[in-house]
Formats: sequence, C-alpha cells, structure tokens
Amino acid sequence: MDGKTQNQMGWLFVLPVVTLVAFNAVIPLMAVVNYSVQETFGNNMFFFEGVKWFEQVLHSDRFHASLGRQLFFSGIILAIEVPLGVAIALAMPRRGPWVSVCLVLMALPLLIPWNVVGAMWNIFALPDIGMLGRLLNDLGFNYNYTQQPISAWATLIAMDVWHWTSLVVLLAYAGLSAIPDAYYQAAKIDGASPWAVFRYIQLPKMRRVLTIAVLLRFMDSFNIHTEPFVLTGGGPGNATTLLSIDLVKIALGQFDLGPAAAMSIIYFLIILLLSWVFYAVMTRGEEQ
Amino acid sequence: MRKLGWLVPALYIVFLLLPIYWLVSMSFKTTNEILGAFTLWPKKFTLENYQKIFTDPTWYNGYINSLIYVVINTVISVLVALPAAYAFSRYRFLGDKHLFFWLLTNRMAPAAVFALPFFQLYSAIGLFDTHIAVALAHCLFNIPLAVWILEGFMSSVPRQLDETAYLDGYGFWRFFLKIFLPTIAAGIGVAAFFCFMFSWVELLLAKTLTSVAAKPIAATMTRTASSSGYELGLLAAAGTLTIIPGAFVIYFVRNYIAKGFALGRV
Amino acid sequence: MAKISLENVKHSYLKRPRTPEDWALKKLDLEWSDGGAYALLGPSGCGKTTLLNIISGLVRPTEGKVLFDDVDLTERPTDRRHIAQVFQFPVVYDTMTVRENLAFPLRNRGLKASEIEQKVEAIAHMLDLDEMLPRRASGLTADGKQKISLGRGLVRSDVNVIMFDEPLTVIDPHLKWQLRSKLKELHQRTRRTMIYVTHDQTEALTFAEKVVVMHEGRVVQVGSPVELFERPRHTFVGHFIGSPGMNILPCEVSGGGVHFAGRRVEVENPPRGSLAGRHTELGVRPEFVLLAEQGIPVNIVKVSDAGRYRIVEARCEESRIKLLLEEGVSLPASNAAVRFDPAHTRLYADGQLLE
Repeated sequence: MDGKTQNQMGWLFVLPVVTLVAFNAVIPLMAVVNYSVQETFGNNMFFFEGVKWFEQVLHSDRFHASLGRQLFFSGIILAIEVPLGVAIALAMPRRGPWVSVCLVLMALPLLIPWNVVGAMWNIFALPDIGMLGRLLNDLGFNYNYTQQPISAWATLIAMDVWHWTSLVVLLAYAGLSAIPDAYYQAAKIDGASPWAVFRYIQLPKMRRVLTIAVLLRFMDSFNIHTEPFVLTGGGPGNATTLLSIDLVKIALGQFDLGPAAAMSIIYFLIILLLSWVFYAVMTRGEEQ
Repeated sequence: MRKLGWLVPALYIVFLLLPIYWLVSMSFKTTNEILGAFTLWPKKFTLENYQKIFTDPTWYNGYINSLIYVVINTVISVLVALPAAYAFSRYRFLGDKHLFFWLLTNRMAPAAVFALPFFQLYSAIGLFDTHIAVALAHCLFNIPLAVWILEGFMSSVPRQLDETAYLDGYGFWRFFLKIFLPTIAAGIGVAAFFCFMFSWVELLLAKTLTSVAAKPIAATMTRTASSSGYELGLLAAAGTLTIIPGAFVIYFVRNYIAKGFALGRV
Repeated sequence: MAKISLENVKHSYLKRPRTPEDWALKKLDLEWSDGGAYALLGPSGCGKTTLLNIISGLVRPTEGKVLFDDVDLTERPTDRRHIAQVFQFPVVYDTMTVRENLAFPLRNRGLKASEIEQKVEAIAHMLDLDEMLPRRASGLTADGKQKISLGRGLVRSDVNVIMFDEPLTVIDPHLKWQLRSKLKELHQRTRRTMIYVTHDQTEALTFAEKVVVMHEGRVVQVGSPVELFERPRHTFVGHFIGSPGMNILPCEVSGGGVHFAGRRVEVENPPRGSLAGRHTELGVRPEFVLLAEQGIPVNIVKVSDAGRYRIVEARCEESRIKLLLEEGVSLPASNAAVRFDPAHTRLYADGQLLE
C-alpha cells in the first residue's frame, strides 16, 4: 500500500490551503462563468444570454488568429528549449568546482522580473542603439522588430529562449545527477558509444524530469503575457498578439466582460486539455 | 572532442550575460549618450541614474513595496503549505487525490484570466492597492507549487521517523516542529525559493491590484517607459537593481537547490 | 582469461597523504591465477572496493602496477581491460528486453547476428533466464536483474575476469543462497576468473576457492576457506571468520610455557625464542573449548540457542570465553571448568600467529 493512514483529520490540515486558494480561484472563476453567460449594457443590469458569447468567441476570426499565433509560439518554444536545455545539461560537468558557478549564472535570467526581461530585450534589440539590433544591422540584415513582423517574432522567440531555457537545464541537470555512476561504468564495460549511453541510460532516466519540464514550459508559454507585452505590445499591429495579450486587451481595455469571460473559460479549457494530452503521452510507459 | 565539452555551457552563459551586461552598462550611461550614439561601454560613466532612484521615493518605494508583498506571500504560502503537504503525504482522506490535482490546475491558469476578476474582487473587499492583496493573489499560484514541492520532500522521509517519535512520547506538534521540519529543511528552502522567485517576477496581477500605495517597482518602471518619454538610463538602473535580490537569493540557496533537486519532487 | 598481478600497489584518495590513515590501501602484492574463484573479504572500509576498482580500472592506484598476464595495464582504461563487473545494485538497461540486454555488449563489439543469437541463448539457459528473454528488463525482480548483469559479462568471450561488488546486497534473503549456488555452479562450468567482494563471510567462504581477507587497507591473509578457519594467521582473521568467532584471550609466556588465568595451557605452536615486550594472546575457537572436570574455572554467563547446538558464554576473571555445546550435553550447575584442545589452540604475538 502507500503507507498512508486513513485520517479524516487530514481535512483540518489542508483547510488553510483550500481556503486561500479557493478564495482566489473559486470566487473569481464563478464571476467569470457568470459574466460569460450574461450580457450587460454597462448600467449594472445583466441579462442571461446562454452560450451566445461562447459561440461568438469560437467563431471570431480574431480569436482564431490569436490562438493560432499562440499555438505556433508554444510549439516553437518547446521544440527549441527542451532539446537545447537537455543538450546543455549533458555538456555540463557532473562534479567539480565549476558546477555551482554555472548553475548560479544560468539561474540568473529566471529571477529577473518579467517586465524587466521585456524591457531589457526591448532596448537590447533596438535597431540603432541596442547592442543586438545594431549588430544585426551592421552584419547586413535588415532588422527592425518594431516594424517587421518576422523580426518581431524572431526577437520574441530569442527572448523566451534566453529567459526560460535555464529552467530546462536545471531540471535536466537534476535528473542527470540522480543517475548512479554504476550505470556509466557498466556502459563503459559493455563498450557502449556515447549515443547509446544517451539513448539507453540518460534519456530513460530523465523521463520524469523531462515530463515536468515540458509541462511547465508548455503551460507557462501558453500563458505568457508580460514579456511579449513589454517587448512589442503585441505588435507590430497584431503580429505578436498572443492569447493572453488579446484577452487582457478585451477584458481590461475594452471592458467587454461577456466575450472576455467566455474567452477566459475557453482559454483555460484548452490549456487543461493540452496539458492532459502531454502528460498522458509522456507518462504512458510508466506502469510502476 | 570531449575536452571541448565545456564550450557549450560557456557559450550559453555568455549568451545569457550579454543582455544583462547591456542593461548594466546602460545604467551607468546618461540617457543622452544611450540615445545619441552606440557605445559598447559608458563613454561618460555616471551614477546619476542610481542617485535618482535612491533619492526619489516614487522609485525606491517601488522596491520596498515589491519586497514587502513578496516576503508576505512567501511566508504565508510556505506556512499553510506545510500542514497541507504533511496531510497529503501521510494521510488518506476523502477526496485527497482530487484535491491535490485541483490545486495543481491552479498553477496552470493564465494570469490574464484572473486580472479583471481579481481587480473586482479585491476592490470589493477593500483591499485594492495594498501589499496584502498582491500577496494573497499570488497565493493562487504559489501555494499549489509549495504544496507540490513539500509533499515530494515529505514523502521521502520514512514513516518510521513519525512512529519512533510517537513511541518516544512526542506529542504531534512537538514532533512536527522539532523533528520533522528540520529533516525537510532543504525542501522548505526549495519551496520558499520558488515562491519568492515567482512572486518577485510576476507583473500582471501585481500591477492590476495596485495603483499608488503598494505599487511594485515593475509598475513604476512601465509607467516611466510610457509617460516620461523613455528615460532609458533610469530604466536601466531600475532594472539592474531588480536583478540583485534574485542574485542574492540564488547565491544563498545554491547548495540547497543542488541537494533539493536530487532528493525531492524533481 | 588472464593471470592478474598487483605489484606494490598503494592507494590514497587524498592528493597529499601524510599519515598512514590517509592511505586507503597500504602496500600490497597479490596474484590471482587464471580461472580461480576468489573472494575479497573484510569489514566495511577495509579497502576491498578500492582494490576491486583498481583491478577493473575505475580507479588509478597512487602507486604500483596492475598487470594482466604480465602486461602492465595500469594506464589502460576500463573498457580496454576486458573485464566485466556486477554491481551492488542491479544495473540493467530498462528500456531493452532481457535478450537485448544480453546482446548489447556483443552488438557493440560488432559480432554477427547469428553468433550473438547463439551466445545469448546459451547464457540465458545457463542462468535460467530462457523464459524471460522477450520480457522488458525493468520488469524483473532484483535477483533476475543481477543475473542479467552477470549474463552481460558471461556472454563475452574476451573477458579476463568477472568482478562482483557485494552483488547480493539488494537480494531477498531467501533468494540469496539460490543465487550464491548459481554463481558457484557458473564458475565450475565456465572456469572464468571471478573475484567476489563482500563483507559477509558466508558468501565468501561458500563461493571462493581462495579468500583474501583485508583489514584497514592491508591484506591480512590469503588462503582457502578451510585454512582460514583452521589456521588463522592473524587474530583479526580468527575473530572475523566463523560464527561465533575465535576466542582471543590474553596470556603470558614465561618459563617456556603459556599461561592463562594462572594455569598452564598447551598450544599447537609453542614459543621458541623470547617474547619479551610483545603482546601475547591465545586463540582458540569455541568449537575446541571443552567442558572438563578439572580445568580453568569459569562462570557461566549466558546460554543462547543456535539450533543444533548452544552457544555458551562464560567468564574467567576479565575474559569472556565462548564455547559450543551440542544437543544433549548438559551444563554443570556450579563449578564449571573448561579446557582448550591443544591441537587447535594457538599462540599469537602482536596479533600474528607465531610460526
């Protein structure tokens, strides 16, 4: 069994947690659900409208566009950050004085307030006075992220890779450190190539950790708001308006409560669904 | 080929440090220099940006405000998470698995979804523009994370420890405080670290729930960017200062993180 | 297969060792002949794992040479020494089947598929793993996994020596003896050199033809299990081997005779020269301490039941003496006395057997 004892007193222990989280989650969500099925004309009078907002959102081109951009963004992020993070973790020494120095330096981007990250890259990539922008233009690229959608996307992705890859590195490194030396010794004795060691020992043993990394990066990239907002504001035009930015524009900018609420619920459901899919796929081998 | 293995982490670190270097070097330049010409390091090294921040309350209050709500949040999150994690780790009770899962789903929620509802909720209970509001709001994400991390650490402590303590005549709370908690000290460190980190970096909710009295540094910075027409030097200095608490914290917990990763949930 | 020699090997894990304690292995010379079954026996921390790792190449000795068939391999890495090792906990490739696990070392060495198939089947049969071949390795029990580890070593024909580092540590107690017998059987069949490191004397004495007993980084005695039991050359060996271990009792040597508790005792190796200034002790196994009408008076302290016999703990002055009582023999109610069988009582000076 799992060694736990039956004890309904457990509820007393979790009560503070449940209270605080429920207060922050349930009440607002109830409000959101409420708004999502009602219409208001701003005079505090609400009319029940059923699924009208949901239909409107689901059929709106604007929503499709944001969702599309968001899926594209998260897809690229995962495709770059996970392999890159793993590769860096593999290249790091397993022991020695440099390890903690490396880990500390790598963790630095993770602790910078998100708006500072956005602001930093905003200036760093400015075409004439930013180090990156200047460098790229001097090298002959026609680069201006404030005006060109492609440059904006490239900068956005570079910023996220800069910001979050270290999380994957730290997680992957932790997973690798947990592998006992005996496995590497046995592989040496068996004459295994470095690729075989990776494929048969390191990768399988990192499975749990990688699942966490993929889930976290997926969820956080899908929810991302502040960094792209400060970097490009969603522009040029709509080019980098991801789901979160769009939602906040509608909710806090236009105060369209109904559509915003409906969109929130759809947004949340999409994340739940995709997270569940990722989780199921990655843990399918783990019967134990 | 093996010998060049160190090149990869080294290059990566250089990549990471470049924008930070740029930010720091800008903080020592005058805004005129930044806007006027492109220089790799300050031609005219100046401390005026930092002076402004340290002397202008609008600026330094921002840091103080941020620190206040981050610390409040970390303390609350870890404190309430401890008994809950213990319950999840040691007890079976009605709905425990579902409850745990529900907690984790909150971590997945887009902050944007909560921006407006939080604004209305906290205004309605009169907590708008207070530190406690932001601290409580961040609990939505931090408590599940803290519970998740702590539960992992607690589960790796064998139940024999609890049983031995009871046999030795310890009451529950004495056992919990004097024996159990020291055993998972690394876990508490990891959980506190992550709570601190997340609360310190989050902007959307912090900005939404505050206006003047509890305005975090992040909000002050964005306001400056849009209104006073790009005081870049000042912004750079402000940004640089926000990195420092984070750097401090990692430095202090670096050993815990290494140990914690090996032992715990991760 | 090869003869393995260690010449003048000394090892310290510290960069600048100063005191004798800094050396994990003090100077030793050892030879392991081809095809033998050896055990490295000793308590935790005695240096046996260090020695094993030096032979396998995972550790480079601070001083000294490692030779395989008189070829100096000290500088050669593990994968070029043609050795196999079974570790303390099972090391298998979880994502592969048992068959693939066994085939792995051969595939890496470029053997033909048909050869690999043949060898894998043969080894699997030897290890009773035939039915498990198509199963995923991760699904086996601990003893099954250790068999796979062993199999990966047996399957290669170029293996000089197979080394075992406390391989039964994680095996269930009731399966330990099964696996032990299997190992012995395999050694008889394949006649590969095998070195088995353990702190458990039962494992060592049942498996090995020759046992190397180590203590605090030194080789204390090398001999067959019978030799170690009957004629321990060091009080440590006497005490460590056998359950219960040998009685080590303080004694005095004077006037050409050995005296214990004031009484003269006959020993198998009477002293010839002077033993002044040396710490002298008597060693006699509980099996050879006999109850006697007249003898050394003792007080019975404790009697424990060990199945077919009983272990009696007795006291004589400051010393504790253990003896074995068979079933049916009764203890005298009072005035118990013991004597030592002279053929199996020996004199030790400074811990060494006097020869």
